[in-house]
Amino acid sequence: MSGFFDIPSDLQHSWLGLIGLHLREALLPVLAGLVLALPIAQLCVRFRWLYPPVLWVTTVLYAIPSLAFFVVLIDYTGQTELTVMIPLAVYSLVILVPAIVDGVRSVPQETLAAATAMGFGPLRRYVQVQLPIAVPAIIAGLRVAVVSSISLVSVGTLIGNQGALGNLLADSMFYHRPELAVNSVVTTAVLAIVIDALLVGLRHLLTPWMEDTAK
Amino acid sequence: MNVLNFINAFFSDSAHWKGYDGIPTRLWEHILYSLVALGIAAGIGLPVGLLTGHTGRGGNALSLIATAARALPSFGLLVLMFVVLGLGLLPVMIPLVVLAVPPILVTTYEAVRSVDPSPVDAARGMGMHESRILLQVELPVALPLILSGLRSAAIQIVSTATIAAYVSLGGLGRYIVDGLYQRDYEKVVGGATLVAVLALATLGLFWAVGRLAVSPGVRRSN
Repeated sequence: MSGFFDIPSDLQHSWLGLIGLHLREALLPVLAGLVLALPIAQLCVRFRWLYPPVLWVTTVLYAIPSLAFFVVLIDYTGQTELTVMIPLAVYSLVILVPAIVDGVRSVPQETLAAATAMGFGPLRRYVQVQLPIAVPAIIAGLRVAVVSSISLVSVGTLIGNQGALGNLLADSMFYHRPELAVNSVVTTAVLAIVIDALLVGLRHLLTPWMEDTAK
Repeated sequence: MNVLNFINAFFSDSAHWKGYDGIPTRLWEHILYSLVALGIAAGIGLPVGLLTGHTGRGGNALSLIATAARALPSFGLLVLMFVVLGLGLLPVMIPLVVLAVPPILVTTYEAVRSVDPSPVDAARGMGMHESRILLQVELPVALPLILSGLRSAAIQIVSTATIAAYVSLGGLGRYIVDGLYQRDYEKVVGGATLVAVLALATLGLFWAVGRLAVSPGVRRSN
């Protein structure tokens, strides 16, 4: 008997366990990327000459294939979860920096002047005015980063079975059980769609002043 | 003992330069897979994107399709197609095309949509046919954005074609996958370097195409 949810024991996780593992491997890097991207983006906004070179570096970094990135890291971090998560964090960073810079830059000059006139210091103006107005752009970047991150974790199965749900793909080949591959693809896709929808919901919560337009 | 030593060792070994597992053969296989996939994806994405962008209809449907397609994990799809369809080029092409169509489709649509409406109106007022408006007015103005969509699709294809080696096909991924199984780290790093260089070359190629194909007037306004 080989049902849809019968996970081979060599993976040492249940189906739900794999989902948890997958989410952790996909979302922690995005979070790390966001934490790093905020100050970098702020520097790019403050010092305009910094943005074009940063944009170049991010474009080049994003062009590096994930598998190539993974294997070069093996030398330093071994065949561990961290090896999967570092490249994903870099990809997230690379997606988020331009998104945040464009978002923060789209804040109208009058709005900033008004905040300054009201006695806001630079930090308070950043946190209470610029960041909230940039939320839609940041969330749009997060959506792309999260979906690609969730999809890329599966490739981790090639470097010492660090792929969470992707490990089902390897097993589906070893044991000739196509339903495991179906399970992996469907579960990963559903995870991506659910997280994407949650982010859209979050944007609605964070920006109640925006009209609910379809997009 | 670092990555650079491995790279040097890999490329200076003459055994890596000839035969069916030589660098020229694997590189050519990789380029071939990528070109075929990009060709098919552009054949689907460009006409649909141009038409929907020109008429301005179907934008919501497009973004829905693109979100769904983006959510599909390409590596998972590759293994699934291999398990279902068996060995061949088709199981590799399907995930690559699914991966590449959304960026091409969505950016083409957005690019044509965001063309300044006044030259389009002027062209219409001059009596230009709709197809000529699309091809001679909207397309040249939208070209930089359309190229950026094609570029990100091409780069994703080049990176993902690496994984084709996992389901027993050729390409540069062969070195990475074989090297991992053989514990031959030199081979793994050599393969990874080649893929990264190929991806960067793609980036450079699109930059050059942009310089040549985009009209100077459009380039200046950007």
